[in-house]
Amino acid sequence: MIDLRLPIGIFFILVGLIITIYSIIAPAYVPHIKEHINIDLYWGIVLLIFGIPMTIFGWMAEQKSKNARTPEEKSTH
Amino acid sequence: MDWMAPIGQLVGTVALPTTTAAAKNGPLLAMHPIDYAVLVVYLLFVVGIGVLTGRKQKTSEDFFLSGRSIPSWITGLAFISANLGALEVMGMATSGYEYGMITANYYWIGAIPAMVFMGVAMMRFFYGSKVRSVPEFLNKRYNEGTRFVNAVTFAIFTPAISGISMYALALVLQDFLGLNFNVSVLISALVVLVYTFLGGLTASIYNEVLQFFLIVFGVAPLTIIALIANHGWAHFKHWLATHQLYAVYPKAAVAATAAKLHATANATANSAHAVMQGATAAHAKAAAVATAGVKLSGSQWLHTWTHMGSINNPLQTTWPGVVLGLGFVLSFSYWCTNFLVVQRALAAKDMTAAQDTPLLAAFPKMIFPFIVILPGVLAIPLIPHLLPSGPGVAPTKTFNNVMPLMMARYYPAGLLGLGLTALMASFMSGMAGNVTAFNTVVTYDLYAAYIRPNATDKHYLNFGRLMTVVGIIISVGFAYAVAGSRSIMGYTQNIFGVVNAPLIAVFLLGMFTGFTTPMGGFAGIVIGTLTSLTLFVLRFPGWPMAHTFNNGTSGAFWCAVWSFLAGATATIVVSLFTKNKPREQLVGLVYQLTPKPEAHDVPLWRRPLVIGIVALICALILNLFFW
Repeated sequence: MIDLRLPIGIFFILVGLIITIYSIIAPAYVPHIKEHINIDLYWGIVLLIFGIPMTIFGWMAEQKSKNARTPEEKSTH
Repeated sequence: MDWMAPIGQLVGTVALPTTTAAAKNGPLLAMHPIDYAVLVVYLLFVVGIGVLTGRKQKTSEDFFLSGRSIPSWITGLAFISANLGALEVMGMATSGYEYGMITANYYWIGAIPAMVFMGVAMMRFFYGSKVRSVPEFLNKRYNEGTRFVNAVTFAIFTPAISGISMYALALVLQDFLGLNFNVSVLISALVVLVYTFLGGLTASIYNEVLQFFLIVFGVAPLTIIALIANHGWAHFKHWLATHQLYAVYPKAAVAATAAKLHATANATANSAHAVMQGATAAHAKAAAVATAGVKLSGSQWLHTWTHMGSINNPLQTTWPGVVLGLGFVLSFSYWCTNFLVVQRALAAKDMTAAQDTPLLAAFPKMIFPFIVILPGVLAIPLIPHLLPSGPGVAPTKTFNNVMPLMMARYYPAGLLGLGLTALMASFMSGMAGNVTAFNTVVTYDLYAAYIRPNATDKHYLNFGRLMTVVGIIISVGFAYAVAGSRSIMGYTQNIFGVVNAPLIAVFLLGMFTGFTTPMGGFAGIVIGTLTSLTLFVLRFPGWPMAHTFNNGTSGAFWCAVWSFLAGATATIVVSLFTKNKPREQLVGLVYQLTPKPEAHDVPLWRRPLVIGIVALICALILNLFFW
């Protein structure tokens, strides 16, 4: 079974990228407060900070489990 | 909030959304294409996970129990996520607004001790006995009758609760975004159907973990932004300390307006000539009570226990009811016996992972009040008009939608897409959890037990898939059936919590004493359930116990305690006069008759008891901090 960290990591990288890029193209500040906070930019980066290590650890675990398979198992895949 | 709502809070379904004034004038928000992009990516991923996991579904055990192969961090997060329905996420914010941090008792005295007990004491028997469902455990420990009662109640209420959740979410999407109700229902149902049909429990669990993180990242910014909008925690505390707020359903008001309320409730109930119509009376009563209003210091909204010595607190309930009713009976019953959550632990790869499932889940669970309750509390100064503004002024019902209202106010495009996708994810995780538990119980405990006992494994796999479709069709049907009747919704979403409450008596006596007999267990589950249902009905407006308790919350807590006592008494008394199973049949099911596992090679910090104690200490610290 696929290491779950991989799809979760990729999902948050994609969403993080969508929101971060959008925040740069069209900065959106939090409405109804005095402070000018480009929340999309900050939160997009938070999503990337979460998504990237998840993807790396998930990918590493996938590689490890592929290498650990016996030759017989490999032949069936 | 409805008088019967507190049980719903426990089981993850709470305040029902109501059509807002804004919604009547058209949608509150316009979704930007970027918001749709986030939603589409999410939908593609959940379906993709269904397709990926679907390839591994070879046997019925793969489909219903993930082949018992999942690591504990995944089952642990799914354990929480299956309970994180849309109505819990939105409803907890509502309760935060209405009752304040007292709502965190549902976590810090409710869920956490129960989850720890489940991991430390009960999981050994669930997982060790190799049962595939909770009703199957009841069959092994007691008899077929006990299993049947539990399986039937579970199979009836699970898809119904799922349907209510679906209706509620579609209503919110319609109100806030102008999304067509039918389109919302159909898309959500189809997506859940595709991934649970293909990937069974594995797809459901994998998606629940994705949904867990999505809910955290989609809703957490609300707490941060609300803190900024309140100019920081200290400023917020000062605001509350210098303001008085009206509790919604105060006891004093009940007394002051008793005659008027009674007349209103009776008139409405009698004219309806139906029990279900009683909720209309409840609403009339609630609105009338609230018009009298009683002022409390705003700082009460920040305490969990300080004001629980009397009923003069926003929840209008005292601590014994909370500790016994909520902390013990309702919470232990839900977290230790409800198959919806137990199934996640049964999917774990080994005994250690199964025990770790509720234990590891306890840590993120105790943080959740900061994500789902606190935004509601912080919303009080920001959107203050939702509570009753004074005597003679009825509260606006829109506090039920406080979370989407806060998102609408403070989330810009992009983040709004993430927030609304999180709400949708919370709905899907709740629905998929219900459907995967439903298909397992129907297949193993009803179909394989009574209709086709000796069919092939492939047959049960196919039947389980068919039941997945049936479960979703029933949910959708229920969503439409209740669309015109909030009263049916209100009763149904709470009744399962009520029915399930006394079950913990039968389990505790069955697992931790050897003398309880099969007939004792059967009597316990039947008498406990009937007591619970009777007390539930007697508290309907206009019925004999309608005014016995300060409010619905108090009534729910104390009636749970009484039902527990009734179930326990019936189990004990009948066991004294009936024949027990041979002792060898109870090995692995009863504490005293089961060899203790060797723990020599497990490091101290990895032992369930140690993890459990750490979790309890953390919960205690949180309780003290918000005391």
